[in-house]
Amino acid sequence: MFGNFDFDVIARSWQYLFMTGMTFTLKLTFFAMVGGIVLGTLLAMMRLSSIKPIYLAATGYVNLIRSIPLIMVIFWFYFLVPYIGAWIVGSPVPLQVGAFTSSLITFTLFEAAYYCEIMRSGIQSIPRGQVAAGQALGMSYWQTMGNIVLPQAFRNMIPVLLTQTIVLFQDVSLVYVLSITDFVGAASKVAQRDGRLVEMYLFVAVVYFVLCYGLSYLVKQLQQRVAIIR
Amino acid sequence: MNYNWNWRIFWEMSPDGAGTYMDTLLMGLKWTLATAISAWIMALILGAVIGTLRTAPNRWVVRFGNAYVELFRNIPLLVQMFLWYFVLPELVPVEAGNWLKSMPHASFVTAVVALGFFTSARVAVQVSAGIQALSGGQKMAGTALGLTLPQTYRFVLLPMAFRIIIPALTNEFAAIIKNSSVALTIGLVELTAAANSMREFSFQIFEAFTAATILYLVISAIGIMVSNWIERKTAVPGFITGAKAKAGGQ
Repeated sequence: MFGNFDFDVIARSWQYLFMTGMTFTLKLTFFAMVGGIVLGTLLAMMRLSSIKPIYLAATGYVNLIRSIPLIMVIFWFYFLVPYIGAWIVGSPVPLQVGAFTSSLITFTLFEAAYYCEIMRSGIQSIPRGQVAAGQALGMSYWQTMGNIVLPQAFRNMIPVLLTQTIVLFQDVSLVYVLSITDFVGAASKVAQRDGRLVEMYLFVAVVYFVLCYGLSYLVKQLQQRVAIIR
Repeated sequence: MNYNWNWRIFWEMSPDGAGTYMDTLLMGLKWTLATAISAWIMALILGAVIGTLRTAPNRWVVRFGNAYVELFRNIPLLVQMFLWYFVLPELVPVEAGNWLKSMPHASFVTAVVALGFFTSARVAVQVSAGIQALSGGQKMAGTALGLTLPQTYRFVLLPMAFRIIIPALTNEFAAIIKNSSVALTIGLVELTAAANSMREFSFQIFEAFTAATILYLVISAIGIMVSNWIERKTAVPGFITGAKAKAGGQ
């Protein structure tokens, strides 16, 4: 079946695939994860706030982002970010933003909505008595959150946060729609240059499968460890 | 921000021959709904079968079910679309490959198949979770009444399991509508692609995306309403019920 296939194309282009493509994918995944978790935690605190405007703003944002497709969001920010940038620095023409910065902003803002829901259930899993105890000890809101609630919420939610990060890692492939050279983008460029679509896409699928399967196996192991501590 | 807003653009003629730009977007909406709903039917059927297999009393059957789920869950949807669209026609015998390539609406059919398989794995996980959430006594009661194992699944376990997982299935249905936008990478002009082509032709970037975003919000709101209605209608009185169903049922 694979008689007239040329798997040599992978050997010829692996440096480009991994050094350029996979590096972009991993870098974007990592920074969007960090940014998304930080912003998502803030959003979760806002969604649990008793101040109505704050609660409404965060809830509206999260529900809006969660009901539109990621590709739509990618398009939105790709065209919106130059205008917002121009507005911030006061430039009369739309600002030129690089592919990486633009997609980093997009993925951070998009994934924050999903991390927010995870962190919210994490915060809500902490007994209310702990917050009351913190307040009774004279701690401020930020002290209670920072020292008591968030560390526990974060620890309980680590497996779920990591699972969401695997989803993010797969989602990064959608920057393909902006012709950015992530892992899929690099593979598809080589595939079209050499006319080797079959070999390249099969290879991409295998690489993703191995990485995602391995990572989710590690998350499962970690889950058992975290579960023992509680 | 010096951007020229022109909301009347929707009633101007678009160069793609569909009529006005509004018609372009509505055409896209139709393809989005057609893709999502066809793939959803496929995903429900396949997901129910695979989800059931994952709880079967046979190690190899369970392994097959797990392998199926892992296969479709660990490859990005975009890559799966490419595999069905570009790779499959080359792997099958030449005549079958040519037939696949010359099929009318090839990108629509491919998108449905790819999305259907992708979502079926996620539905299967929910279905087996639903079956496992039932108490073991239900299965025993079924077999004690003389039902065969398939009959126990058909008349006892699956009807209950599906009711438990309706909220989770609502999420999956919302996800399938959103995921159908990935089909634009294999050339299906669904809603996102329609908005993008309107942007290319009219240069009214934000009007096009705003309209598409509103359409997505409307269909997801309708989807949630329908699903809440189904949840209320199918609730078993005095059994597994959500807060809303409880209020309505008593």
